Amino acid sequence: MTATRLPAGGLIDRSRPIAFRFDGLALTGFAGDTLAAALLANDVAVVGRSFKLHRPRGVFGAGIDDPNTTVTRLAPRPATNLRATTTPIEAGAEYRSVGTWPNARHDLGAVAGAFGRLLPAGFYYKTFMAPNWHLFEPFIRAAAGLGRVPEAAWQPVSESRFGDCDLLVVGAGPAGLAAALAGARAGLRTILADDGERPGGRLLDEGPAARAWIDATVAELDGLHTLRRMPRSTVWGHHEQGFVSLLERAPPDAPDLDFRHWKLRAGAIVVAAGAFERSIAFADNDRPGVMLASAAGHYLDRYGVRPGADVLAFATNDSGYGPAFALAAAGAAVRIADARDTVDPALARAAAAAGIDLRPGTVVERALGRSRVAGAVLTGPGGRTERVACDLIAVAGGWNPAFHLASHSRRVRSVWNEALATFTAGDCPPDLVVVGAARGSFATEDCVREGWQAAAAIAAGLGRTGGPVAPPEGPEAPVTRAVAPLFLVPPAKPGAKLFVDLANDVTTADLGLALREGYRSIELVKRYTTAGMGIDQGKTGNVSVIAVVGALTGAAPGDVGTTTFRPPYAPVEFGAIAGARAEARLYPWRQTPLADWHLAAGGVIYEAGLRWQRPGYYPRAGEDYRTAAAREARAVREAVGVYDGTPLGRFRLKGPDVPALLDLVYVNDFASLAPGRGRYGIMLTDDGLILDDGVTFRLDETHWLLHSSTGAADRVHLHLEQILQVHRPDWRVSLIPVTSQWANATLCGPRARDVLAALNPDFDIAPAALPFMATVEGHVGGLPVRVCRVSWTGELSFELNTPARHAVELWQRIMAAGAPFGITPVGSEANHILRVEAGYISTGHEVDGTADVIDLGLGGMVSRRKADFIGKRSMELRRRLDPERFELVGLLPADPNRLVPEGAPLTPGGAATDQEGFVSACVASVALGRVVGLGLLKRGRARLGETVHARVRDEIVPLTVVPPVFHDADRTRVKS
Amino acid sequence: MLLIPCPWCGPRPEGEFVNLGEAVPPRPADPAALADDVWVETLIMRANVRGPHVERWWHQRSCGRIFAIERDTLTHAIRPLDPEARP
Repeated sequence: MTATRLPAGGLIDRSRPIAFRFDGLALTGFAGDTLAAALLANDVAVVGRSFKLHRPRGVFGAGIDDPNTTVTRLAPRPATNLRATTTPIEAGAEYRSVGTWPNARHDLGAVAGAFGRLLPAGFYYKTFMAPNWHLFEPFIRAAAGLGRVPEAAWQPVSESRFGDCDLLVVGAGPAGLAAALAGARAGLRTILADDGERPGGRLLDEGPAARAWIDATVAELDGLHTLRRMPRSTVWGHHEQGFVSLLERAPPDAPDLDFRHWKLRAGAIVVAAGAFERSIAFADNDRPGVMLASAAGHYLDRYGVRPGADVLAFATNDSGYGPAFALAAAGAAVRIADARDTVDPALARAAAAAGIDLRPGTVVERALGRSRVAGAVLTGPGGRTERVACDLIAVAGGWNPAFHLASHSRRVRSVWNEALATFTAGDCPPDLVVVGAARGSFATEDCVREGWQAAAAIAAGLGRTGGPVAPPEGPEAPVTRAVAPLFLVPPAKPGAKLFVDLANDVTTADLGLALREGYRSIELVKRYTTAGMGIDQGKTGNVSVIAVVGALTGAAPGDVGTTTFRPPYAPVEFGAIAGARAEARLYPWRQTPLADWHLAAGGVIYEAGLRWQRPGYYPRAGEDYRTAAAREARAVREAVGVYDGTPLGRFRLKGPDVPALLDLVYVNDFASLAPGRGRYGIMLTDDGLILDDGVTFRLDETHWLLHSSTGAADRVHLHLEQILQVHRPDWRVSLIPVTSQWANATLCGPRARDVLAALNPDFDIAPAALPFMATVEGHVGGLPVRVCRVSWTGELSFELNTPARHAVELWQRIMAAGAPFGITPVGSEANHILRVEAGYISTGHEVDGTADVIDLGLGGMVSRRKADFIGKRSMELRRRLDPERFELVGLLPADPNRLVPEGAPLTPGGAATDQEGFVSACVASVALGRVVGLGLLKRGRARLGETVHARVRDEIVPLTVVPPVFHDADRTRVKS
Repeated sequence: MLLIPCPWCGPRPEGEFVNLGEAVPPRPADPAALADDVWVETLIMRANVRGPHVERWWHQRSCGRIFAIERDTLTHAIRPLDPEARP
C-alpha cells in the first residue's frame, strides 16, 4: 500500500464513515471527503483513462484545476462529467470512471495508447473529413473520454435569481476575507463568494493560528448584516457593467434546491481567487502518482490522506518544500529534486533536519511505471542520470494567478511576470481589483493588506470608511515564489510523451507539429491542438503551453502572447443556468380562450406562429389529417364552418394622422376609406419587399383597426412604432396592440349568414347593409361583437370579434345555432386548402421575403396617386435592374393525385441546375377534386399553359402552369 | 447583460429591450429625388463604429419607448442622451 489514510488529522469527521462504490469496488471514506480524497485514502491509483490515448490517469490536483478525474455518478442523482476533486462522497453512492471499458484499471481502449503516434494534433480534422464528419462523430465521441449521460439522468432543481451588491469579493482566502470584512464593516452591501465548502483558502493548511484567524474573521463577518457569505459558489463569468454570473450549489438557505443561478450586478469586484500550481512537462508526466505538490499537501492537511509513502518532490521554487516537509513529518520517505543549482540555506538545513534527501540542480527526466509511478529518472549536475524508486512525484512548477474574472470583461490585461515566470493581472480600474495570490502576492500579510486596502478604497469612493484588518498573528515562514522558469525537461529518448495538457492529451510534440504545419498565433495553436480546451480549461497547463511554444519558436513567453480568458471560469451545468425556464416555460405558448374547447373537441393543436397554439384539424374516428382537413374544407365550401381566428394580430390606431401613417406604410390608398369600411393592404419594408398583409377597417373618423398576420404581429408593431417615434414624431397617432384583448370566431361558407341570423343579432346583416369589407358593432343574443366581413377562404364570411372573456360563450352559441346547418369546426389545415383554392397569398409561403407585390399579381393595388410609400423606391429600382421576376402562378401536377412537397424547386426540364422557381403551396383541392398548387416561377405570368418541372429528391414531377385562382375567380361567393 | 437607461423607466436589463441598431437619420422625405446609389447607401450602409456610437433601443417589454443612447461598441460604456431629443 502506498497511499493511505493517516490515523489522525484532516478536517474530516472520522465518526461518520461513508460507504460508496467506484467502478464496482466497495470503498469507505469519511464525511467531509471529496471523492478524490476518498479514492486516495483507499489507494485507488487509476481513476480514469485519458481523453484520446486512454492512458491510465490518477488524481492530479485538488480542486477545479484537476484535469484527470472526470467521473459519472450512477446513483443517487445520475449525472456525468463530475470531477472527483470537487464532488463530496455520499453514503451509498455509486461512481464510475469515464471513457473506460470495462473499468479504469483494465481498459480495452488503452490500445489507442499503443497507436498514439497515429493520433497527432488535428488527427480528427485530417482523417474524418470525407465523406462527412457526422458519420464518424458518434464513434469518436464514444471512444473519447466523455461521460455518457446516464439513463434517467438527474434533473436538478434550480432557480434563477437577480441580485445586486456594492462589493463582490471572489474567493474567501486571506485576501478575500480581509476585503469582505473591510467592505462590510464600512457598510457596503457585500457578497463573499467562494467555490469551496469552507472559507480560509490556503490558510486552512497553515496551522492553528491561521485557523483561529479564519474562525474569528468569519464569526465577525457572519454577524454583519451588510454581508452575505456564499459557500459552494462559483463566480463563473464577469461581463460588462459589473454583471457577473454566479452558480451557488446546494444553497444553505434552501434545502430543496440543487442550484441557484445568480445574475448579479456588482458595484465593484475584488478578485481574490488565489493561484493554481502548474506542472512541468517531462516524459510520462501523466502517470498516476504524478501530482501537484500543493495537491499532495492539500490531501494530507484537509483529509489526513498521505498520497505516497516514497515521495519524490520536483521543485522549481520554494513552494514545493512545504508539502515535502509535511509528507516527511507524516512518515513518508522524501527526496527533493530542485531544478535550481542553489537552494536557500535555511531550507536546505530544514530539509536535512527532516531527513530529506535534497538534490539541487536536478530535474526529473522521466517517470517510470505504467499504471502507477514506480520510480523516476533524475538528471543531476553535469548531466548525470540516476534511477530512483518512488510512488509519488509531487511537482512544484510554479504558480499561475487566477485573475481570469478580471480578464473576462477585457478591462484588465495580462502581463508577463519574470520573477514568477507567469502572467499576472495588469493595471486594474478602481472598481475591479485583483488582490492576493491572484495578483502574485503570496505572503499572508500581503494578501490581507491588499484585500482590506482594495475594499477600503472602494468604500472611500462611495464616501464610506473601512478600517484596516489585522493579519493572523504568529511568525510566518518567509514566502518566495520566485521560480526557476522550467516548463519542459528535454527527454532522453525521442518519441517520449511529455504532456502539457492532461485533460485533452496534448503533448509537446503536438505543439511542435502545429507550429511545423504553420500555426503561429497561440490562439490557433490552442484550437488546433485543443490544448486548454478540456474540462479544466487549461488551469494547470495554459501557461506551460505558451512557454513551450515560446521555447520552440525562440520567443519570450510574454511575446508569444496569452490566450483570452473567457467565461465560464469553471464548468457550469446547463440545467443550473436554465433553472425553471425549461421547455414551455422557456418561451411560453400562447393560447386562445377557446383552447380547452378545441382540446375537448379532439383538435390536434400546434403552433400557428408567434407561439400561438391553434387546432390544425379535428380528426374523427378513423380519420388522418388529410381526410379530416378535406372534410372540414368541404363543409366550408358546401355548408358552413367556423374557425378560431383569435391569434390574428390586431392594432387599434387613433388620431388625426392615422390616414397619413397608413398611406405611408401601405402600397395602396387608405386615406379615402369611408368609416365602417375596410380594405386589404400590403405593407413593404423600405427595401421593397413585403413585410405583411392584412385588412384595416376605419371604425369612425379617427379610430381604426389594423390586422396583421399572426406571425408578423411583432414585426408590424415595431415597424409602426419606429415610424411614429423616430421618423414622424410630429404625427398624432396612438397605437395600441390589442391582439389578446379580442377573441375571434369566423363563420365561413354559403350558410354563414343563416348561422349569424340564428344567433339573433341586433343589427342588419343583409348584404346591402353589411356588404363585403364592411364592419359593424352590435350584439348577438346580448353578447357584444364587432363583425368584420373579410374572407380568407373564398366563401361568404363573418368574423365575430368579442372581448376575450365572452369567447367561450359566443363559440358555444355558434355551435348550437349552426348545428342545423351542419356547422363544422375548421383547423388551419383546412384553412390552408381553402386559401390555396381561392388563390390568397400567405406570409411564409408566397410571401417569402423575395417576392414583391407585382410578382404576386397584386400590382393593381399599388397606388398611382401617392408620390411615396415605404418600399416604393426600392421596389421600382429592383424591378428596373432585374425585370426577370419570379411571379405567382397556379400549378397543376400532370398526375392529379400527386402532392408535391411545399418548397420543392422548379428547374428547367427538372435538371439539376439553377432553379427557376418553387412550389409555395400544394393541396388536395376539395373544390376541384384534384391536387392544385401555387408557386413562384420566373416570368410565370407569360408562361400559362407551359409544363414546368419540380425536382423532388430523385424524381421529376411535371406541372402545368395555370392562373393562380382555382375557385370563385370573380369573387361572387365572397361578396354574396 | 447590459443595463439600458430608459428615459422613462430608468436603468433596466437588456432582455426587456430590442436593439434597433445604429441611429441612422430619419427616412428621407422624398426618396424619389435621390440617385439610385445614394438611396441604396442610405438604406444599407452603416458606419459600424469601433468605439462610441449612437444606437436606438425599443423598450418593447415595458413602456414601449424608442430612444437613443451612446454606447461604446468596444467597452459597452453607455451614455444616455437628451431624452427630449428625437431619437
